[in-house]
Amino acid sequence: MKHPGLLAIIPFIGMFAGPVFHNAVTPFIFGMPFLLGWTVIWVLLTSVIMALVYLIDPHRKAADAGEAP
Amino acid sequence: MIVALILIAASAAGALAIGVAARSGKEMGLEQWTVAGRGFGAMLVFLLLAGEIYTTFSFLGASGYAYGLGAPAYYILAYGTLAYIVSYFMLPPVWRYARRHHLVSQPDFFAHKYGSPALGVLVALVGVVALVPYLVLQFTGLGIIVQAASYGAIPKAVSIIIGAAVVTLYVVISGVRGSAWTSIVKDAMIILVAVFIGLYLPVHYFGGITPMFTAVTQAKPAFLAFAATGKSVSWFVSTVMLTALGFFMWPHSFGACYTARDANVFRKNAILLPLYQLVLLFVFFVGFTASLVVPGLKGAATNMALLKICVAAFPPWVVGIIGAAGVLTALVPGSLIMMTSATLFSRNFVAIMRPGQSDEETVRLAKYLVPVVAIIGAYFAISGSSTIVALLLMGYSFVTQLFPSLICALLRRNPVTAPGAFAGIVAGVAVVVYFTVTNETIGKLLPGLPEFVRDLNIGSAALLLNVVVMLAVSAVTARAYATADNPAE
Repeated sequence: MKHPGLLAIIPFIGMFAGPVFHNAVTPFIFGMPFLLGWTVIWVLLTSVIMALVYLIDPHRKAADAGEAP
Repeated sequence: MIVALILIAASAAGALAIGVAARSGKEMGLEQWTVAGRGFGAMLVFLLLAGEIYTTFSFLGASGYAYGLGAPAYYILAYGTLAYIVSYFMLPPVWRYARRHHLVSQPDFFAHKYGSPALGVLVALVGVVALVPYLVLQFTGLGIIVQAASYGAIPKAVSIIIGAAVVTLYVVISGVRGSAWTSIVKDAMIILVAVFIGLYLPVHYFGGITPMFTAVTQAKPAFLAFAATGKSVSWFVSTVMLTALGFFMWPHSFGACYTARDANVFRKNAILLPLYQLVLLFVFFVGFTASLVVPGLKGAATNMALLKICVAAFPPWVVGIIGAAGVLTALVPGSLIMMTSATLFSRNFVAIMRPGQSDEETVRLAKYLVPVVAIIGAYFAISGSSTIVALLLMGYSFVTQLFPSLICALLRRNPVTAPGAFAGIVAGVAVVVYFTVTNETIGKLLPGLPEFVRDLNIGSAALLLNVVVMLAVSAVTARAYATADNPAE
Protein backbone atom coordinates (compact mmCIF):
# COMPACT_ATOMS: atom_id res chain seq x y z
CA MET A 1 0.00 0.00 0.00
CA LYS A 2 1.47 3.28 -1.11
CA HIS A 3 -0.36 5.57 1.28
CA PRO A 4 -0.56 4.03 4.76
CA GLY A 5 -1.69 7.49 5.88
CA LEU A 6 -5.17 6.76 4.57
CA LEU A 7 -5.49 3.89 7.02
CA ALA A 8 -4.51 6.25 9.82
CA ILE A 9 -7.58 8.43 9.24
CA ILE A 10 -9.86 5.63 10.47
CA PRO A 11 -9.22 6.17 14.22
CA PHE A 12 -10.13 9.85 13.91
CA ILE A 13 -13.45 8.96 12.27
CA GLY A 14 -14.09 6.15 14.73
CA MET A 15 -13.27 8.19 17.82
CA PHE A 16 -15.67 10.97 16.83
CA ALA A 17 -18.46 8.77 15.45
CA GLY A 18 -19.53 7.63 18.93
CA PRO A 19 -20.34 11.02 20.46
CA VAL A 20 -21.60 12.45 17.15
CA PHE A 21 -24.12 9.66 16.44
CA HIS A 22 -24.87 8.35 19.91
CA ASN A 23 -24.33 10.91 22.65
CA ALA A 24 -25.80 8.83 25.46
CA VAL A 25 -24.90 7.06 28.70
CA THR A 26 -26.26 3.61 27.74
CA PRO A 27 -25.65 0.89 26.71
CA PHE A 28 -22.65 0.30 28.95
CA ILE A 29 -19.53 -1.07 27.23
CA PHE A 30 -17.00 -3.10 29.29
CA GLY A 31 -19.06 -2.06 32.32
CA MET A 32 -18.45 1.60 31.56
CA PRO A 33 -20.82 4.29 30.25
CA PHE A 34 -21.22 4.14 26.47
CA LEU A 35 -19.01 7.09 25.49
CA LEU A 36 -16.14 6.11 27.77
CA GLY A 37 -16.28 2.48 26.61
CA TRP A 38 -16.43 3.64 22.99
CA THR A 39 -13.32 5.76 23.50
CA VAL A 40 -11.51 2.81 25.05
CA ILE A 41 -12.39 0.61 22.05
CA TRP A 42 -10.86 3.19 19.73
CA VAL A 43 -7.75 3.55 21.83
CA LEU A 44 -7.21 -0.20 21.42
CA LEU A 45 -8.05 -0.12 17.71
CA THR A 46 -5.69 2.82 17.17
CA SER A 47 -2.83 0.74 18.47
CA VAL A 48 -3.79 -2.15 16.17
CA ILE A 49 -4.20 0.11 13.15
CA MET A 50 -0.86 1.82 13.76
CA ALA A 51 0.81 -1.58 14.00
CA LEU A 52 -0.67 -2.37 10.57
CA VAL A 53 0.50 0.96 9.20
CA TYR A 54 3.97 0.20 10.57
CA LEU A 55 4.07 -3.16 8.82
CA ILE A 56 3.15 -1.84 5.38
CA ASP A 57 4.89 1.57 5.53
CA PRO A 58 7.43 1.93 2.68
CA HIS A 59 9.23 4.79 4.48
CA ARG A 60 9.76 2.64 7.53
CA LYS A 61 11.11 -0.21 5.42
CA ALA A 62 13.51 2.16 3.69
CA ALA A 63 14.70 3.43 7.07
CA ASP A 64 15.24 -0.14 8.26
CA ALA A 65 17.29 -0.85 5.14
CA GLY A 66 19.50 2.09 6.08
CA GLU A 67 18.61 4.32 3.15
CA ALA A 68 17.38 7.84 3.65
CA PRO A 69 13.67 7.52 2.80
CA MET B 1 0.75 14.12 58.50
CA ILE B 2 4.47 13.98 59.27
CA VAL B 3 4.69 10.53 57.61
CA ALA B 4 3.07 11.83 54.42
CA LEU B 5 5.40 14.83 54.23
CA ILE B 6 8.49 12.73 54.89
CA LEU B 7 7.59 10.33 52.06
CA ILE B 8 7.03 13.21 49.67
CA ALA B 9 10.30 14.89 50.63
CA ALA B 10 12.09 11.56 50.21
CA SER B 11 10.74 11.13 46.66
CA ALA B 12 11.93 14.61 45.71
CA ALA B 13 15.36 13.88 47.19
CA GLY B 14 15.48 10.55 45.34
CA ALA B 15 14.68 12.26 42.04
CA LEU B 16 17.50 14.74 42.66
CA ALA B 17 19.89 11.90 43.37
CA ILE B 18 18.97 10.19 40.08
CA GLY B 19 19.51 13.49 38.29
CA VAL B 20 22.98 13.85 39.75
CA ALA B 21 23.89 10.25 38.93
CA ALA B 22 22.61 10.56 35.35
CA ARG B 23 24.77 13.57 34.63
CA SER B 24 28.00 12.36 36.24
CA GLY B 25 30.97 12.04 33.90
CA LYS B 26 29.29 14.00 31.08
CA GLU B 27 30.48 17.36 29.86
CA MET B 28 27.36 19.47 29.64
CA GLY B 29 27.60 21.41 26.37
CA LEU B 30 24.51 22.92 24.77
CA GLU B 31 23.68 19.80 22.79
CA GLN B 32 24.38 17.57 25.79
CA TRP B 33 22.33 19.61 28.25
CA THR B 34 19.31 20.00 26.01
CA VAL B 35 19.16 17.01 23.67
CA ALA B 36 21.57 14.64 25.45
CA GLY B 37 23.82 14.35 22.41
CA ARG B 38 20.95 12.69 20.47
CA GLY B 39 21.93 9.34 21.97
CA PHE B 40 18.62 8.07 23.35
CA GLY B 41 17.24 4.77 22.15
CA ALA B 42 13.61 3.76 21.82
CA MET B 43 13.14 3.13 25.52
CA LEU B 44 14.38 6.48 26.75
CA VAL B 45 12.63 8.53 24.08
CA PHE B 46 9.51 6.56 24.89
CA LEU B 47 9.86 7.54 28.51
CA LEU B 48 10.78 11.11 27.80
CA LEU B 49 7.76 11.54 25.56
CA ALA B 50 5.66 9.63 28.04
CA GLY B 51 7.09 11.97 30.64
CA GLU B 52 4.79 14.53 29.19
CA ILE B 53 1.77 12.25 29.20
CA TYR B 54 1.72 11.56 32.87
CA THR B 55 1.99 14.99 34.28
CA THR B 56 0.09 16.69 37.05
CA PHE B 57 -2.39 17.32 34.30
CA SER B 58 -3.29 13.67 33.89
CA PHE B 59 -3.11 12.89 37.60
CA LEU B 60 -4.84 15.79 39.32
CA GLY B 61 -6.22 17.58 36.25
CA ALA B 62 -8.00 14.64 34.63
CA SER B 63 -9.52 13.41 37.88
CA GLY B 64 -10.64 16.95 38.72
CA TYR B 65 -12.19 17.42 35.29
CA ALA B 66 -14.06 14.11 35.54
CA TYR B 67 -15.17 15.13 39.02
CA GLY B 68 -16.36 18.58 37.98
CA LEU B 69 -17.66 18.09 34.44
CA GLY B 70 -18.13 14.38 33.71
CA ALA B 71 -18.07 13.31 30.06
CA PRO B 72 -15.94 16.24 28.75
CA ALA B 73 -13.00 14.61 30.57
CA TYR B 74 -13.05 11.82 27.95
CA TYR B 75 -11.39 14.22 25.55
CA ILE B 76 -8.12 13.65 27.43
CA LEU B 77 -8.12 9.95 26.57
CA ALA B 78 -9.11 10.62 22.95
CA TYR B 79 -6.60 13.31 22.06
CA GLY B 80 -3.61 11.62 23.61
CA THR B 81 -4.32 8.59 21.45
CA LEU B 82 -4.89 10.43 18.18
CA ALA B 83 -1.83 12.62 18.72
CA TYR B 84 0.44 9.61 18.21
CA ILE B 85 -1.03 9.01 14.78
CA VAL B 86 0.02 12.53 13.83
CA SER B 87 3.45 11.94 15.35
CA TYR B 88 3.98 8.78 13.30
CA PHE B 89 4.03 10.78 10.10
CA MET B 90 5.31 14.10 11.36
CA LEU B 91 8.21 13.33 13.68
CA PRO B 92 10.50 11.21 11.46
CA PRO B 93 11.00 13.96 8.85
CA VAL B 94 11.36 16.59 11.58
CA TRP B 95 13.94 14.47 13.36
CA ARG B 96 15.94 13.79 10.17
CA TYR B 97 16.03 17.45 9.25
CA ALA B 98 17.03 18.49 12.77
CA ARG B 99 19.84 15.97 12.90
CA ARG B 100 21.21 16.90 9.50
CA HIS B 101 21.33 20.59 10.40
CA HIS B 102 22.32 20.18 14.07
CA LEU B 103 19.23 21.92 15.35
CA VAL B 104 18.57 21.87 19.09
CA SER B 105 15.29 23.74 19.39
CA GLN B 106 11.92 24.15 17.77
CA PRO B 107 12.43 27.75 16.53
CA ASP B 108 15.64 26.54 14.83
CA PHE B 109 13.49 24.27 12.74
CA PHE B 110 11.14 26.99 11.54
CA ALA B 111 13.92 29.53 11.02
CA HIS B 112 15.97 27.03 9.04
CA LYS B 113 13.15 25.57 6.96
CA TYR B 114 11.73 28.96 5.99
CA GLY B 115 15.10 30.68 5.81
CA SER B 116 13.76 33.33 8.18
CA PRO B 117 15.36 34.13 11.57
CA ALA B 118 12.40 36.43 12.30
CA LEU B 119 10.04 33.46 12.05
CA GLY B 120 12.29 31.62 14.51
CA VAL B 121 11.97 34.46 16.99
CA LEU B 122 8.19 34.48 16.60
CA VAL B 123 7.98 30.72 17.14
CA ALA B 124 10.16 31.03 20.25
CA LEU B 125 7.87 33.75 21.56
CA VAL B 126 4.73 31.67 20.97
CA GLY B 127 6.43 28.70 22.62
CA VAL B 128 7.43 30.63 25.72
CA VAL B 129 3.96 32.16 26.06
CA ALA B 130 2.27 28.78 25.68
CA LEU B 131 4.60 27.18 28.22
CA VAL B 132 3.62 29.64 30.95
CA PRO B 133 0.18 28.11 31.64
CA TYR B 134 1.74 24.64 31.32
CA LEU B 135 4.31 25.46 33.99
CA VAL B 136 1.69 27.18 36.14
CA LEU B 137 -0.38 24.01 36.14
CA GLN B 138 2.58 21.88 37.27
CA PHE B 139 3.26 24.27 40.13
CA THR B 140 -0.44 24.39 40.98
CA GLY B 141 -0.38 20.60 41.20
CA LEU B 142 2.75 20.55 43.34
CA GLY B 143 1.24 23.14 45.64
CA ILE B 144 -1.95 21.11 46.04
CA ILE B 145 0.01 17.97 46.87
CA VAL B 146 2.16 19.62 49.51
CA GLN B 147 -0.89 21.35 50.94
CA ALA B 148 -2.98 18.17 51.06
CA ALA B 149 -0.15 16.00 52.41
CA SER B 150 0.42 18.46 55.24
CA TYR B 151 -3.33 18.18 55.93
CA GLY B 152 -3.65 21.93 55.41
CA ALA B 153 -0.82 22.90 57.79
CA ILE B 154 1.29 24.37 54.96
CA PRO B 155 -0.68 27.09 53.15
CA LYS B 156 -1.08 27.20 49.36
CA ALA B 157 1.47 29.95 48.61
CA VAL B 158 4.20 28.32 50.69
CA SER B 159 3.43 24.93 49.13
CA ILE B 160 3.81 26.33 45.63
CA ILE B 161 7.07 28.06 46.50
CA ILE B 162 8.49 24.84 47.96
CA GLY B 163 7.46 22.99 44.79
CA ALA B 164 8.96 25.60 42.47
CA ALA B 165 12.22 25.61 44.42
CA VAL B 166 12.57 21.84 44.16
CA VAL B 167 11.94 21.84 40.40
CA THR B 168 14.46 24.65 39.92
CA LEU B 169 17.13 22.82 41.85
CA TYR B 170 16.40 19.70 39.85
CA VAL B 171 16.75 21.41 36.45
CA VAL B 172 19.98 23.16 37.31
CA ILE B 173 21.50 19.91 38.52
CA SER B 174 20.41 17.45 35.90
CA GLY B 175 19.26 18.65 32.45
CA VAL B 176 17.45 16.32 30.06
CA ARG B 177 19.31 13.15 31.00
CA GLY B 178 18.06 13.39 34.55
CA SER B 179 14.54 13.93 33.23
CA ALA B 180 14.61 10.73 31.21
CA TRP B 181 15.86 8.56 34.06
CA THR B 182 13.51 10.05 36.60
CA SER B 183 10.73 9.33 34.09
CA ILE B 184 11.28 5.64 34.62
CA VAL B 185 10.74 5.86 38.35
CA LYS B 186 7.90 8.31 37.92
CA ASP B 187 6.02 6.17 35.41
CA ALA B 188 6.35 3.00 37.43
CA MET B 189 5.05 4.80 40.49
CA ILE B 190 2.21 6.63 38.79
CA ILE B 191 0.92 3.51 37.04
CA LEU B 192 0.93 1.54 40.27
CA VAL B 193 -0.73 4.32 42.22
CA ALA B 194 -3.33 5.18 39.57
CA VAL B 195 -4.35 1.59 38.96
CA PHE B 196 -4.49 0.84 42.66
CA ILE B 197 -6.61 3.80 43.75
CA GLY B 198 -8.65 3.63 40.52
CA LEU B 199 -9.72 0.09 41.38
CA TYR B 200 -9.75 0.34 45.16
CA LEU B 201 -11.91 3.44 45.58
CA PRO B 202 -14.91 2.39 43.40
CA VAL B 203 -14.83 -1.11 44.91
CA HIS B 204 -14.49 0.24 48.44
CA TYR B 205 -17.37 2.71 48.17
CA PHE B 206 -19.70 1.06 45.61
CA GLY B 207 -18.61 -2.56 45.30
CA GLY B 208 -17.22 -2.23 41.78
CA ILE B 209 -16.64 0.01 38.77
CA THR B 210 -19.96 -0.64 37.04
CA PRO B 211 -21.96 -0.11 40.27
CA MET B 212 -20.05 3.15 40.71
CA PHE B 213 -21.03 4.33 37.22
CA THR B 214 -24.62 3.22 37.80
CA ALA B 215 -24.69 5.27 41.01
CA VAL B 216 -23.28 8.32 39.21
CA THR B 217 -25.91 7.97 36.48
CA GLN B 218 -28.70 7.69 39.04
CA ALA B 219 -27.50 10.74 40.95
CA LYS B 220 -26.73 12.83 37.87
CA PRO B 221 -28.44 11.35 34.77
CA ALA B 222 -26.77 13.61 32.15
CA PHE B 223 -23.31 13.73 33.73
CA LEU B 224 -21.73 10.99 31.62
CA ALA B 225 -22.85 12.26 28.20
CA PHE B 226 -22.16 15.58 26.49
CA ALA B 227 -24.42 18.57 27.13
CA ALA B 228 -26.51 20.03 24.29
CA THR B 229 -24.77 23.40 24.66
CA GLY B 230 -21.43 24.57 26.02
CA LYS B 231 -19.18 21.52 26.50
CA SER B 232 -21.12 19.77 23.73
CA VAL B 233 -20.11 17.18 21.14
CA SER B 234 -18.91 20.04 18.95
CA TRP B 235 -16.67 21.22 21.79
CA PHE B 236 -15.37 17.67 22.17
CA VAL B 237 -14.51 17.18 18.51
CA SER B 238 -12.89 20.59 18.09
CA THR B 239 -10.96 20.29 21.35
CA VAL B 240 -9.68 16.82 20.51
CA MET B 241 -8.57 17.99 17.06
CA LEU B 242 -6.85 21.09 18.44
CA THR B 243 -5.00 19.21 21.13
CA ALA B 244 -4.13 16.16 19.00
CA LEU B 245 -2.54 18.41 16.37
CA GLY B 246 -0.84 20.52 19.00
CA PHE B 247 0.53 17.63 21.08
CA PHE B 248 3.98 17.72 19.51
CA MET B 249 4.00 21.46 18.92
CA TRP B 250 5.10 22.03 22.50
CA PRO B 251 8.66 23.27 22.37
CA HIS B 252 9.74 20.66 24.94
CA SER B 253 8.06 17.73 23.13
CA PHE B 254 9.52 18.92 19.86
CA GLY B 255 12.90 19.17 21.60
CA ALA B 256 12.50 15.75 23.21
CA CYS B 257 12.04 14.21 19.77
CA TYR B 258 15.54 15.42 18.84
CA THR B 259 16.95 13.11 21.52
CA ALA B 260 16.07 9.98 19.51
CA ARG B 261 18.76 7.80 17.98
CA ASP B 262 16.73 6.90 14.90
CA ALA B 263 13.40 7.76 13.26
CA ASN B 264 11.71 4.41 13.78
CA VAL B 265 11.54 5.18 17.50
CA PHE B 266 8.58 7.46 16.78
CA ARG B 267 6.84 4.91 14.59
CA LYS B 268 7.09 2.25 17.28
CA ASN B 269 5.95 4.72 19.91
CA ALA B 270 2.80 5.37 17.87
CA ILE B 271 1.86 1.71 18.32
CA LEU B 272 2.62 1.50 22.05
CA LEU B 273 1.81 4.89 23.50
CA PRO B 274 -1.95 4.82 22.75
CA LEU B 275 -2.19 1.81 25.06
CA TYR B 276 -0.21 3.68 27.67
CA GLN B 277 -3.03 6.27 27.68
CA LEU B 278 -5.38 3.72 29.19
CA VAL B 279 -3.95 4.43 32.64
CA LEU B 280 -6.06 7.59 32.42
CA LEU B 281 -9.13 5.39 32.78
CA PHE B 282 -8.24 4.66 36.37
CA VAL B 283 -7.73 8.34 37.03
CA PHE B 284 -11.25 8.94 35.67
CA PHE B 285 -12.61 6.23 37.98
CA VAL B 286 -11.14 8.13 40.92
CA GLY B 287 -12.69 11.41 39.74
CA PHE B 288 -16.14 9.91 39.23
CA THR B 289 -16.05 8.11 42.57
CA ALA B 290 -14.98 11.32 44.28
CA SER B 291 -17.87 13.20 42.64
CA LEU B 292 -20.26 11.16 44.80
CA VAL B 293 -18.13 10.53 47.89
CA VAL B 294 -16.63 13.98 48.47
CA PRO B 295 -19.00 16.30 46.57
CA GLY B 296 -19.05 20.08 46.80
CA LEU B 297 -15.75 21.18 45.26
CA LYS B 298 -16.31 23.87 42.63
CA GLY B 299 -14.16 25.56 39.98
CA ALA B 300 -10.43 25.47 40.69
CA ALA B 301 -11.05 23.49 43.88
CA THR B 302 -11.90 20.45 41.70
CA ASN B 303 -8.11 20.12 41.26
CA MET B 304 -8.18 18.80 44.84
CA ALA B 305 -10.69 16.00 44.11
CA LEU B 306 -8.23 13.11 43.88
CA LEU B 307 -6.30 14.08 47.00
CA LYS B 308 -9.44 14.86 48.95
CA ILE B 309 -10.91 11.40 48.45
CA CYS B 310 -7.52 9.80 49.15
CA VAL B 311 -7.18 11.70 52.43
CA ALA B 312 -10.69 10.52 53.33
CA ALA B 313 -10.07 6.88 52.36
CA PHE B 314 -6.45 6.11 53.29
CA PRO B 315 -4.08 6.39 56.26
CA PRO B 316 -1.36 9.08 56.10
CA TRP B 317 1.41 6.81 54.83
CA VAL B 318 -0.65 5.84 51.77
CA VAL B 319 -1.45 9.51 51.18
CA GLY B 320 2.30 10.07 51.37
CA ILE B 321 2.98 7.53 48.62
CA ILE B 322 0.23 8.99 46.42
CA GLY B 323 1.61 12.46 47.05
CA ALA B 324 5.13 11.29 46.24
CA ALA B 325 3.92 9.94 42.88
CA GLY B 326 2.16 13.25 42.31
CA VAL B 327 5.34 15.18 43.06
CA LEU B 328 7.23 13.19 40.43
CA THR B 329 4.49 13.79 37.83
CA ALA B 330 5.03 17.50 38.30
CA LEU B 331 8.81 17.39 38.69
CA VAL B 332 9.76 15.75 35.39
CA PRO B 333 7.53 17.76 33.05
CA GLY B 334 8.07 20.90 35.13
CA SER B 335 11.82 20.54 34.72
CA LEU B 336 11.51 19.98 30.96
CA ILE B 337 9.26 23.01 30.61
CA MET B 338 11.55 25.27 32.59
CA MET B 339 14.66 24.11 30.79
CA THR B 340 12.97 24.55 27.43
CA SER B 341 11.68 28.05 28.05
CA ALA B 342 15.04 29.16 29.44
CA THR B 343 16.88 27.68 26.45
CA LEU B 344 14.39 29.18 23.99
CA PHE B 345 14.90 32.59 25.47
CA SER B 346 18.65 32.35 25.70
CA ARG B 347 19.23 30.78 22.31
CA ASN B 348 16.41 32.07 20.17
CA PHE B 349 16.04 35.60 21.52
CA VAL B 350 19.26 36.75 23.11
CA ALA B 351 21.65 34.91 20.80
CA ILE B 352 19.83 36.33 17.76
CA MET B 353 20.17 39.84 19.20
CA ARG B 354 23.83 39.27 20.14
CA PRO B 355 25.30 37.43 17.16
CA GLY B 356 28.70 36.86 18.80
CA GLN B 357 27.37 34.83 21.73
CA SER B 358 29.16 31.52 22.23
CA ASP B 359 27.43 28.24 23.05
CA GLU B 360 28.91 28.31 26.54
CA GLU B 361 27.41 31.73 27.16
CA THR B 362 24.06 30.52 25.83
CA VAL B 363 24.02 27.59 28.26
CA ARG B 364 25.14 29.80 31.15
CA LEU B 365 22.44 32.37 30.42
CA ALA B 366 19.82 29.60 30.13
CA LYS B 367 20.84 28.28 33.54
CA TYR B 368 20.54 31.75 35.07
CA LEU B 369 17.11 32.12 33.50
CA VAL B 370 15.73 28.95 35.07
CA PRO B 371 15.05 30.56 38.48
CA VAL B 372 13.50 33.56 36.73
CA VAL B 373 11.08 31.29 34.88
CA ALA B 374 10.32 29.53 38.18
CA ILE B 375 9.44 32.80 39.87
CA ILE B 376 7.10 33.81 37.03
CA GLY B 377 5.38 30.41 37.10
CA ALA B 378 5.05 30.43 40.89
CA TYR B 379 3.62 33.94 40.82
CA PHE B 380 0.83 32.96 38.42
CA ALA B 381 0.19 29.70 40.27
CA ILE B 382 -0.26 31.57 43.56
CA SER B 383 -2.42 34.35 42.12
CA GLY B 384 -4.45 32.25 39.66
CA SER B 385 -7.63 30.28 40.16
CA SER B 386 -8.09 28.08 37.07
CA THR B 387 -8.66 24.39 36.82
CA ILE B 388 -5.59 22.49 35.68
CA VAL B 389 -7.35 21.43 32.47
CA ALA B 390 -8.35 25.00 31.59
CA LEU B 391 -4.70 26.03 31.95
CA LEU B 392 -3.51 23.33 29.59
CA LEU B 393 -6.23 24.12 27.05
CA MET B 394 -5.11 27.74 27.08
CA GLY B 395 -1.56 26.64 26.32
CA TYR B 396 -2.80 24.40 23.52
CA SER B 397 -4.74 27.25 21.93
CA PHE B 398 -1.44 29.07 21.56
CA VAL B 399 0.92 26.30 20.66
CA THR B 400 -1.25 24.60 18.03
CA GLN B 401 -1.04 27.78 15.96
CA LEU B 402 2.42 26.53 14.94
CA PHE B 403 0.99 23.36 13.39
CA PRO B 404 -0.15 24.57 9.93
CA SER B 405 3.16 26.13 8.93
CA LEU B 406 5.10 23.19 10.36
CA ILE B 407 3.14 20.62 8.37
CA CYS B 408 3.44 22.67 5.19
CA ALA B 409 7.19 22.91 5.71
CA LEU B 410 7.36 19.12 5.56
CA LEU B 411 5.68 18.96 2.14
CA ARG B 412 7.91 18.37 -0.83
CA ARG B 413 6.72 21.60 -2.44
CA ASN B 414 5.83 23.98 0.37
CA PRO B 415 3.07 26.37 -0.75
CA VAL B 416 3.65 28.57 2.31
CA THR B 417 6.15 31.44 2.34
CA ALA B 418 7.91 32.84 5.40
CA PRO B 419 5.63 35.93 5.50
CA GLY B 420 2.62 33.63 5.09
CA ALA B 421 3.71 31.45 8.01
CA PHE B 422 4.44 34.55 10.08
CA ALA B 423 1.09 36.20 9.33
CA GLY B 424 -0.89 33.01 9.98
CA ILE B 425 0.71 32.43 13.38
CA VAL B 426 0.23 36.07 14.37
CA ALA B 427 -3.44 36.00 13.32
CA GLY B 428 -4.15 32.77 15.21
CA VAL B 429 -2.37 33.90 18.35
CA ALA B 430 -4.07 37.31 18.23
CA VAL B 431 -7.50 35.64 18.22
CA VAL B 432 -6.53 33.45 21.19
CA VAL B 433 -5.14 36.41 23.13
CA TYR B 434 -8.32 38.40 22.48
CA PHE B 435 -10.63 35.61 23.67
CA THR B 436 -8.40 34.76 26.65
CA VAL B 437 -8.02 38.33 27.87
CA THR B 438 -11.68 39.31 27.38
CA ASN B 439 -12.94 35.92 28.58
CA GLU B 440 -15.29 35.83 25.59
CA THR B 441 -16.56 32.78 23.74
CA ILE B 442 -17.70 32.55 20.13
CA GLY B 443 -21.24 32.07 21.44
CA LYS B 444 -21.21 35.30 23.43
CA LEU B 445 -19.63 37.29 20.61
CA LEU B 446 -21.82 35.99 17.78
CA PRO B 447 -24.99 34.57 19.34
CA GLY B 448 -26.69 34.24 15.94
CA LEU B 449 -24.49 31.35 14.81
CA PRO B 450 -25.66 27.73 14.98
CA GLU B 451 -24.98 25.95 18.26
CA PHE B 452 -22.23 23.69 16.95
CA VAL B 453 -20.24 26.73 15.78
CA ARG B 454 -20.77 28.60 19.04
CA ASP B 455 -19.40 25.67 21.06
CA LEU B 456 -16.21 25.31 19.04
CA ASN B 457 -13.03 25.40 21.05
CA ILE B 458 -11.65 28.89 20.56
CA GLY B 459 -8.20 27.59 19.71
CA SER B 460 -9.62 25.58 16.82
CA ALA B 461 -11.49 28.60 15.47
CA ALA B 462 -8.24 30.58 15.66
CA LEU B 463 -6.54 27.73 13.84
CA LEU B 464 -8.94 28.03 10.90
CA LEU B 465 -8.27 31.75 10.62
CA ASN B 466 -4.56 31.02 10.88
CA VAL B 467 -4.72 28.68 7.87
CA VAL B 468 -6.75 31.13 5.78
CA VAL B 469 -4.38 34.03 6.50
CA MET B 470 -1.33 31.83 5.98
CA LEU B 471 -2.48 30.69 2.53
CA ALA B 472 -3.68 34.14 1.47
CA VAL B 473 -0.44 35.90 2.41
CA SER B 474 1.58 33.08 0.87
CA ALA B 475 -0.33 33.45 -2.41
CA VAL B 476 0.42 37.18 -2.48
CA THR B 477 4.10 36.80 -1.61
CA ALA B 478 4.72 33.58 -3.56
CA ARG B 479 6.52 35.26 -6.44
CA ALA B 480 9.03 37.13 -4.28
CA TYR B 481 9.79 34.05 -2.21
CA ALA B 482 9.75 31.45 -4.96
CA THR B 483 13.51 30.97 -4.85
CA ALA B 484 14.05 31.21 -1.09
CA ASP B 485 11.29 28.71 -0.47
CA ASN B 486 12.29 25.25 0.65
CA PRO B 487 15.98 25.32 -0.25
CA ALA B 488 17.18 22.09 -1.81
CA GLU B 489 18.46 19.68 0.81
